[in-house]
Amino acid sequence: MITKKRYERPVIKKLESNMPNKFGMRTEYEPVLHIEDIAIKDLITKYGSPLFVISEKKIRRNYQAAKQAFETRYPRVQFAWSYKTNYLNAVCNIFHQEGSWAEVVSGFEYDKAIRNGVPGSNIIFNGPDKSEQDLRKAVTNNSLIHIDHLDELYLLQEIAKSTKHKPKVAIRVNMDTGIFPIWDRFGFNFENGQAWDALNKIMFTGTLELVGLHTHIGTFMLSPNAYAVAAAKLANLAQRLHQKYDHEIKYIDMGGGFASRNTLKGAYLPGVDTNPTIDEFAEAITSALINSDFRPKNPPLLILETGRALIDDAAWLLGSVIANKRLADGRRSTIIDIGVNILFTAFWYAHKVTPAQKFTSYTEDTVLYGPLCMNIDVIRDNITLPLLNKGDQVVVHHVGAYNMTQWMQFITLRPKVVLIDQNNKVHVIRNNETLENMLELEALPDHLANFDL
Amino acid sequence: MNLKNNIAISDSGFVFNPSSGESFSVNQIGLEMLNMLRQKFTTEDIVTHIEKGFQAERPTIERDLNDFIDMMNQYHLMQDEDE
Ligand SMILES: Cc1ncc(COP(=O)(O)O)c(C=O)c1O
Repeated sequence: MITKKRYERPVIKKLESNMPNKFGMRTEYEPVLHIEDIAIKDLITKYGSPLFVISEKKIRRNYQAAKQAFETRYPRVQFAWSYKTNYLNAVCNIFHQEGSWAEVVSGFEYDKAIRNGVPGSNIIFNGPDKSEQDLRKAVTNNSLIHIDHLDELYLLQEIAKSTKHKPKVAIRVNMDTGIFPIWDRFGFNFENGQAWDALNKIMFTGTLELVGLHTHIGTFMLSPNAYAVAAAKLANLAQRLHQKYDHEIKYIDMGGGFASRNTLKGAYLPGVDTNPTIDEFAEAITSALINSDFRPKNPPLLILETGRALIDDAAWLLGSVIANKRLADGRRSTIIDIGVNILFTAFWYAHKVTPAQKFTSYTEDTVLYGPLCMNIDVIRDNITLPLLNKGDQVVVHHVGAYNMTQWMQFITLRPKVVLIDQNNKVHVIRNNETLENMLELEALPDHLANFDL
Repeated sequence: MNLKNNIAISDSGFVFNPSSGESFSVNQIGLEMLNMLRQKFTTEDIVTHIEKGFQAERPTIERDLNDFIDMMNQYHLMQDEDE
């Protein structure tokens, strides 16, 4: 029997002389056939398409590298896993096994951390929305409560009086770090004196125990220097507390926000080559602290709530080609089964997308659409890809942060998430949704039960 | 619609249009289709030929061939029968 050759779409491409590729290289669409030695084809056959895949090994490696970057420069360092970045229990517990505390921003996330077994005193409770019930629970559990506004401060003082507990608190400080925009909606402002005012209120009333100072200056930050400015400003507040009250805070929490290796939309160069490394952020923060005027008997613990930089490149989203289409203006478009409903970060990033099978060197500029019947469902508005056929598989890279929390149940159901452990064993850590799951939450009034059509 | 007579096609898939000075590259399937178009095979024949040699369903090949001809038309490589 004659074996037929692999089929590829016919393509004709105009050769532009003296017009090199924007990046001068063509690595973007090198096929990626395996994740941690496991064939992508096998993963999709077994668990379906689309499919989120997370590498435990990569998470641990990222964590250890970040920890080392800070610990070689500063004596006392503590990471707290930012739950909102990815709060699948398996992911959280990898970080907790490595020694991370939990950083949460809602009652829901708080309860999740407690159920995971995190001691209350190792939970940092951030955010503008903490109900009285949430706060009472956090106070009883000795959690670290980061106050966002004065209403919360007053409520905590009342709770302290009525429960005879002394809540452990910090304030969140916002400030000008030379970057735009300033996130001034969270916490108390440094420059206009709000932060100092809040600290004085806490120190004067004496019902709360001021244990720390917190800031989170933004997310996907590309400037290590902004962190140096922020660290210096927190050290200044610590120094003033020391002078005025002889009070030593126990920690300085620099929040999260380090850029991951992704490429922001509209960026000219790939993020892998241009974004600062964890070492550069560590250097900026620790030198600012060490060189500040703040000279306590014990150096304060340096807390980091790093999210995306620790997990983005530890997860991939696998998918399949649904169809190819020629647009009215002649451009090629490819529809895949990955939409913005599960790849929320497609709004931010020009995600790297690679084919999961070998191809010839022919490529085409393509618009990559998701499967939703919605105009906004664009995964890449311009990407160079080999000639994909219906049924071919693709890999979207660096999807570990925010997608598995900000995804939406919209138009279709959410897929499985699997974890490849350190021995390359695959575990389902979140099952795919079913129609039954969705209907469980709904209720139909009796008078709407029937109709004739 | 036919392929313009003066279009030069090399074995490696390099295509040159002397009237515009533009050059193009085609992949292997495209090259086979182009050569058959030049020999005035019908689209039917071309589809049958590709179907025999490659792992693809007839409707896919038909659709891709039409799309390919559309692209060549946009690049001004085709002409009407009577030109
Ligand atoms: C208070 C706080 N800490 C930490 C993080 C984690 O940020 P990132 O994932 O950018 O490191 C966030 C995210 O917005 C946050 O709001």
